[in-house]
Amino acid sequence: MADIKSLIAEFEKVALNPAKSAAELKKETGKKLIGMFPYHLPEEIVYAAGMLPVGMWGGQTEIKLSNKYLQSFCCSMIKANFEMGMNKTYQKVLDGVVMAAYCDTLKCICEDWKVAVTDMPLIAMYYPQNRKIAAAIDYMGAEFKKAQEQLEAIAGKKVTEADLEAAWEVYEAYRAESRKFVKLVAKMPKTLNATVRHLVIKAAWFMDKKVYTEKLAALNAAIEAAPAEEFNGKKVLVEGIMVEPIALLDAFVENDVCIIGDDLSHQSRMFRIEGRKEGTVYEKMAYRIADAYADPLLLDEKKEHGKELIDMVKEYGADGVVVCAMKFCDPEEYDYPIFKEELEAANIPVLYMEIEQQMESVGQYKTRIQAFAETLA
Amino acid sequence: MEQKEKLSSKQMLNDLMADHYQSALDAKADGKLVAWATSIAPQELLTTMGINVVYPENQAAAIGARKEAQKFIDHSEGRGYSVDLCSYARVNFGYQQLKKSESQDIPMPDFIYSCSNICHTVLKWYENLAKELNIPLIIFDLPFNHTYDVQDHAAKYMKGQIEEAIKRLETISTKHYGKKVEFDHDKFKAVMEQSNATSQMWKDATMVAKAKPSPLNGFDLFNYMAGIVTNRGTKAGYEVFKAWKEELEAKAAAGLGPWKPGEEEKFRVMWDGIACWPYLGSTYKGLKNNGINMVTSTYPDSWTILYDNGDIEGMAKAYSGIYCNSNLQNGVDRITRIVNEYSLDGIVFHSNRSCKLLDFRQFEQQRQIEEKTGVATVLFDGDQTDPRAFSTEQYNTRIQAFLETLENKKEERRKG
Ligand code: SF4
Ligand code: SF4
Repeated sequence: MADIKSLIAEFEKVALNPAKSAAELKKETGKKLIGMFPYHLPEEIVYAAGMLPVGMWGGQTEIKLSNKYLQSFCCSMIKANFEMGMNKTYQKVLDGVVMAAYCDTLKCICEDWKVAVTDMPLIAMYYPQNRKIAAAIDYMGAEFKKAQEQLEAIAGKKVTEADLEAAWEVYEAYRAESRKFVKLVAKMPKTLNATVRHLVIKAAWFMDKKVYTEKLAALNAAIEAAPAEEFNGKKVLVEGIMVEPIALLDAFVENDVCIIGDDLSHQSRMFRIEGRKEGTVYEKMAYRIADAYADPLLLDEKKEHGKELIDMVKEYGADGVVVCAMKFCDPEEYDYPIFKEELEAANIPVLYMEIEQQMESVGQYKTRIQAFAETLA
Repeated sequence: MEQKEKLSSKQMLNDLMADHYQSALDAKADGKLVAWATSIAPQELLTTMGINVVYPENQAAAIGARKEAQKFIDHSEGRGYSVDLCSYARVNFGYQQLKKSESQDIPMPDFIYSCSNICHTVLKWYENLAKELNIPLIIFDLPFNHTYDVQDHAAKYMKGQIEEAIKRLETISTKHYGKKVEFDHDKFKAVMEQSNATSQMWKDATMVAKAKPSPLNGFDLFNYMAGIVTNRGTKAGYEVFKAWKEELEAKAAAGLGPWKPGEEEKFRVMWDGIACWPYLGSTYKGLKNNGINMVTSTYPDSWTILYDNGDIEGMAKAYSGIYCNSNLQNGVDRITRIVNEYSLDGIVFHSNRSCKLLDFRQFEQQRQIEEKTGVATVLFDGDQTDPRAFSTEQYNTRIQAFLETLENKKEERRKG
């Protein structure tokens, strides 16, 4: 248990202070850091170029400068990113930024960024939505190649096939270990409460993935060796882009509600797809996009988001689903009415909460989570 | 022999639209395939296959203009659709369930045909339709152009999608009709030719507005737009725009302006964004009463899809390179060109609550264009179909301030 506690503490320390952690990472490794906007991006290539990808998922900052570019109805996460580009928070540690237009907001942000944040290289990408056809795989290959050239320029180093292969292996190992971790939460729902679970996963965004994976493997092993915890609270799945601020996660903990599994872009959607074994690294990266399922950021002809949630509820033995809808997020808002009806038809309780990253108080959420937990059988 | 009276282009347009909707309804009743498509999708493939197609955006606009949107919007919101989503989608989701509108009915689709060159939103919207109606979804995903021009690898991806779509259309048709249906490549060439000709005629007609005064009252653009959305691939569409062009040219030659004689076009402006359909009258009057004529918008170019016949990659580039899908710099340059070519005095920016794609670049666009061209600009809050998101009072106040700037600038110019 001592092992578990101290490993968790390490992750918490990293995840609770992203800016500081990134600065330390840079100092300790001597490597350049590349900021990765939300959603699937070629992290493997960044890693192969001898640099480290760092997550950019908004955060707590006062929204001022970005109002010059964005109306009030822009999602809070991306607004925060934009603000921190404009107020130069990112420039303190990042050597470049990668973004891809996964939604209409991101298309524009990328364009505005070119004007508003000129002191950092920007790599603008597009990932295909018609993602399963051969032409899409080729298209992604061409996009990766272009991104690689830009990244090489920042790194001052050419990336070899061997570099890519090695990076791919690091990422596959990280994703496998992360998949294992989210399953293990069921064994220790108290220790790995909503907040802890979040911070352990989040820490990956601010560490060298190889180092992170080693530590996570140690944590996973320690959990496996430990006795299972008894837990009398309720277990829920969370759905959405991400769940923050931290106080919101604490509200789950305070109500004895365990996040037993997630369908979040910030978490499982990033690592739940296992890579294929054959092909070049570019192809394997592209097939991870082609093989993704029930991801609101990737077109899904069969629209299996609801089915996926229902399957997950069964698999994880969840009592209900809490939708943490990022306000003004189109992709999520289109999916919700459809999967809500499917979950209701399957008699699965759903709590819908609209969230913003810069919330002054989470009081009302606490009450709503409590009320929801009471209704769960 | 009695001379058949020549129809005005407006009457022709009305007939064209009536026929468009009626033939789709008839086709459905006869058991023929019907598709729902986005407004700037490669209709050439559907036209070649002889598949009837209707455009939900166009229907939603009609529903909005006839002030019927709220009931459909309420229905969608009741099902959990957020008030923050595109109101065309909210109207359409409502219609898809209620299936009856006073303004304009459309047949239910047998499959969905969606092209992301106008926005990402339509991918999500149409994905939902396909799911709810349990019908096939054909999509064309045109990568947003972060570069100034469309890149070759993006055009190749689009070409791959066109080839894929052709196969799927054959499969859907074959299954539906119970007999083998093949894509006719010769007919495809003819359709491409017609589509280019109709596009060009549309563009030519709208360009007559360059004359000073402009013979075109730009709010008419919004009406004729329904024609180009629905009939870009038809000869009938071509004829309407030809007649319209001739009327405008005749007016221009006679030195006539946009309105009745005596109503002077004092200022010429461009409208950026979609109309406020439920408030067409108020938005129009707010300008006209002050002698401001909306001469043009980014619309004429958006449906000017031109490419060499038979050149699929060229076609892909034409669809991909439209204003909505272009980067900020490209957009600014286009509008700057419009300002110069149409001798504009100002620009009205519609900050459209529905359309994040157009909105989140608009502030910067406004700044850059002001700086480059020196024209007056104004931005107002509204929505294309949701009647709750527009205030006539706010609009008129903004237009008053705009008018003052226009007058001041004119005075400055006069003084040199
Ligand atoms: S997907 Fe949603 S949360 Fe993410 S950038 Fe787009 S609108 Fe914002
Ligand atoms: S209004 Fe904007 S968001 Fe809605 S369909 Fe048109 S382009 Fe897309």
